[in-house]
Amino acid sequence: MELLTVVVLAIFVGFEVVSKVTSTLHTPLMSGANAIHGIILIGAILVAGQTSVPWELGLALLAVVLATANLVGGFVVTDRMLHMFHGRKAPAKEDAK
Amino acid sequence: MSILPAGWTAILYLIVAVCFILALKGLSSPRTARRGNLIGAAGALVAVVTVFLSARLDNIPAILIAIAVGSAVAAPIARRVQMTQMPQLVALFNGVGGGAAALVALLELGHNDDAWVRAAVVFTMVVGAVSFAGSAVTVAKLQELMTTRPVLFPGMRWAMSGVVLAVLAAGGFVIATGSIGWAVALLLLGLVAGVLLVLPVGGADVPIVISLLNAFTGLAVAASGIVLDNVLLLVAGTLVGASGTILTRAMATAMGRGVGGIMFGAFKGGSTAGSTEVSDRPVRSSGAEDVAVLLGYAQRVVIVPGYGLAVSQGQHTIAELASVLEARGVEVSYAIHPVAGRMPGHMNVLLAEANVPYESLKEMAEINPEFKNMDVALVVGANDVVNPAAKTSPGSPIYGMPILEVGDAGQVVFLKRSMRPGFAGIENELLYDPKTTLLFGDAKDSLTKVLGAAKAL
Repeated sequence: MELLTVVVLAIFVGFEVVSKVTSTLHTPLMSGANAIHGIILIGAILVAGQTSVPWELGLALLAVVLATANLVGGFVVTDRMLHMFHGRKAPAKEDAK
Repeated sequence: MSILPAGWTAILYLIVAVCFILALKGLSSPRTARRGNLIGAAGALVAVVTVFLSARLDNIPAILIAIAVGSAVAAPIARRVQMTQMPQLVALFNGVGGGAAALVALLELGHNDDAWVRAAVVFTMVVGAVSFAGSAVTVAKLQELMTTRPVLFPGMRWAMSGVVLAVLAAGGFVIATGSIGWAVALLLLGLVAGVLLVLPVGGADVPIVISLLNAFTGLAVAASGIVLDNVLLLVAGTLVGASGTILTRAMATAMGRGVGGIMFGAFKGGSTAGSTEVSDRPVRSSGAEDVAVLLGYAQRVVIVPGYGLAVSQGQHTIAELASVLEARGVEVSYAIHPVAGRMPGHMNVLLAEANVPYESLKEMAEINPEFKNMDVALVVGANDVVNPAAKTSPGSPIYGMPILEVGDAGQVVFLKRSMRPGFAGIENELLYDPKTTLLFGDAKDSLTKVLGAAKAL
């Protein structure tokens, strides 16, 4: 029941927050949301840390690699994209340097 | 190794969840977006540290090596990828995330006897596998390793129905028995379902599929939160699921079609109707100098960039052309269709890369009433998003898609590679309109010539 409460509230927060995202930033939104689901990494770490069966450990470590790629790559590429967005004044500042 | 009390773990995970919400909230404006993303990344770091402190874990060196490998592979790709290839990269990261979720669920199956938890395991595995395989096909389509047209084979519908039934049967079996063998079979079926789901989707609809698969991975991660009894996974996955759903619907609206129609349209023969014939009706084509004169002596010019611009890497040249025109006193704006490019908002990123200030980028709803006040509309490498067939010919596959009303402008200039129809394979009547001028060639080459001529004016 507690979990259900959390899910329902999270759905509403998700809808609220995302519907305010400007369409200019839809690509960074996708890659940012993409990075967030890379948090499955903590699940992969838990599974890998609680097994001693070799094949299970192998698959769990594979999951850790995949999830890390998702998490790290997602945040890095989103940051790179957002770095490029600037308004009319920002380029002038760069010129001043 | 000391273990964090459960209460502390819960509080730290709550903080991480708030960080993720702030990361999404930051995207409401380009000014706060980057800070938001960094907050999200910091939250992820806190979560990873917390998980190591929250439970007694074995194999820590191996796990750390795996994390190092994952980062070492992903970070350089993320730093170097070209902005035109962003859709592929997002699909790729999305796929590996889905794959990771499916593996985690498979490995947790042995530790759970509860039917509800096993149901969550089944859901995570299937959706994660669909997302993994679907993303792989999407990457192949975007990278043009395979055809971008819908792929259909006889009996595909039956194959899909068969796979869905098999998934349900195998899923029921796994819930009842907890059999690992059946779980592996379920995983393989999920992969097949993912491939079958994306194969019939045409190239123009790929942006929607990326967004939809993103939502799928989010839901898989949320379900894995139930499997592992972890609230953070549940919240983060649900947030992504919700955002993916909204974005998918927004995209579908921008294309004037239902999500169901896009995913299953090809089955009904809807989106394959596009013609690939090249008509031999007369068009008016001209040289770069004429186009430069037209632009240079106009008062208001609107640029309509499409994917052809991105492919030719011409975004920097067009930004330079715009500044030359602005120096002559011409008012320049950009009209951005929501599905310009190959993912939602893709064109905005490409133009941002070329230092075009985001204030000059006008959304469709904002710019459409303005076209009648424009002297010249310069359409660069775009076709489907300005095709009046979307309004006038009910039989067309793009019928109902909202378009940029380029035809309302005083003059229309198309920079086009050839008379071949666009990505969706539909002919554009506007090309034959008397007020339309065409300049053939690669978008960047043409722009460079126009730029040179404009400087000489």
